[in-house]
Amino acid sequence: MDERKGWSWRLAGLLSPAAFWLGIFFMLPLMLILVYSFGRSGVYGDITITFDPSNYLRVFDPLYLEIIGRSLAIAGLTTLFCFALGYPLAYFITFKGGRWKLALLLMVMIPFWTSLLVRAYAWVVILGGNGIANRSLQFLGITSEPLNLIFTPQAVMMGMVYSYLPFMILPLYASLEKFDSRLKEAAQDLGASRWHTFWKVTFPLSLPGVIAGSILVFIPSAGEFVIPDLLGGSRTVMTGNLIQQQFLNARDWAFGSALAVMLGVLMLGAILLYIRKVGTDKLEGV
Amino acid sequence: MAKGKGGGLPDKALFALAGFVYLFLYAPIAVLIFFSFNAERSTQVWSGFSMRWYGELIRDQSILDAFYNSLIVGVSATLVSTIIGTFAAMGLARHRFRGKTAADSTIYAATVMPEIVVGVSLLAFFVTVQFQLGLTTIIIAHVAFCISFVTIVVRARLAGMDRSVEEAAAYLGANPATTFLRVTLPIILPGVMAGGLLAFTLSFDDFVITFFTAGVGSSTLPLKIYSMIKFGVSPIINALSTVILVVTVILIVGGSRILAGRKE
Repeated sequence: MDERKGWSWRLAGLLSPAAFWLGIFFMLPLMLILVYSFGRSGVYGDITITFDPSNYLRVFDPLYLEIIGRSLAIAGLTTLFCFALGYPLAYFITFKGGRWKLALLLMVMIPFWTSLLVRAYAWVVILGGNGIANRSLQFLGITSEPLNLIFTPQAVMMGMVYSYLPFMILPLYASLEKFDSRLKEAAQDLGASRWHTFWKVTFPLSLPGVIAGSILVFIPSAGEFVIPDLLGGSRTVMTGNLIQQQFLNARDWAFGSALAVMLGVLMLGAILLYIRKVGTDKLEGV
Repeated sequence: MAKGKGGGLPDKALFALAGFVYLFLYAPIAVLIFFSFNAERSTQVWSGFSMRWYGELIRDQSILDAFYNSLIVGVSATLVSTIIGTFAAMGLARHRFRGKTAADSTIYAATVMPEIVVGVSLLAFFVTVQFQLGLTTIIIAHVAFCISFVTIVVRARLAGMDRSVEEAAAYLGANPATTFLRVTLPIILPGVMAGGLLAFTLSFDDFVITFFTAGVGSSTLPLKIYSMIKFGVSPIINALSTVILVVTVILIVGGSRILAGRKE
């Protein structure tokens, strides 16, 4: 495709509405919280800009370290579970899907396209005191009394794996789809076993999909706020809930801004690393 | 050893695992739908079939109000972001210029920035410039995150387009506006429609960013559902969820049919 080089009035006209909107309502607010993060919140929620990094240092308070550590652990485990469930399914759709491939893929997408709240609510009902999960456990004789399943880190993880699984499956499918089956045949003709073929040929070639899927699951999980709010309650507070509390309840915008900036930087770092390694073309393919 | 297509994993285990994952994806939804037809006020113990909660749903004025708000926000955000996003996609797909990497990065950053960060930064911004929170601020925020998604979808469509038809139109004397309306737009229309559909779905479903940019009395459907879950579970939420699910599935299946048909 031929591309026009350099700036022109036409190009400026095409790009300026987006530049205006994203500049004022995306970049500027981010700059604002960056500035606020170096300030100090007063008693009435007012902020004095002091340019000292104390808000960032507060993160090392054991109370907050615990919350951040929990967020990273839950997000990491969510990513791991999504991979463990998502890889076999993506593999299945790609190589065994046949003419049902698109339908099978659409079936992965449908739960993902429904409201996140609806998905979280489904687990509130299932894991609740007298819900299906508890009654199944009692029916199977695993427990005699209803267990406390909801408002635990496990419940949060369940809800997150459920919500973010499609984020893992789609990039995995995209990279497995490009796999040339002749490579597998070549490996097997040369005497490799099934497992050997998989680990030495198929899996390494699907690695860009694994990395993309892991980033797509880990980032929103680490910053998740709705799922821990509904399924974790006050005992499984994550970074997202902490940020929300600082902004809406504690009215400590300076500290809340510092937390938000750190979360944003973590995300940008991950995406920059990814673009440098794989390039933006792959992102468009997803 | 079977030498078919594939990468080397055994079939039976794969079938079982795939079945398990689909069960995991759909069982919670099935349970949700099942209890929306419950006769009693329980979302966990079955006591007989009734349509009672659907009746209560359509009589609940606050849910209807939230639904109208969501429609207003969704339609406005979709229209504005689809136009802005399509223009940006044309600029980015067809031109090579200084600052393109920065423009690309901003577009992608807006799609992957954690919603909570976008939400609190917009809250801080609107409060600082003393912009009254309400439907307007929600629409502004939704347009901001929808632009990027529309741009990415439309751009993918433009990348696969044959430019020679545009040149032919220009040689035959069409001005740039006519060329765009009569040649380019009809070709990229499936991409624009897909982008618009994506924008509408994202806007209609958005909870986190809306939560931080909504004012008193500007509750959207997701905000309403959230407060209902917080207040206490009831089959009326199941009924509402079921309606949302059915509408979403119809939109997706219908939308993908239209897009698939147009691609030929």
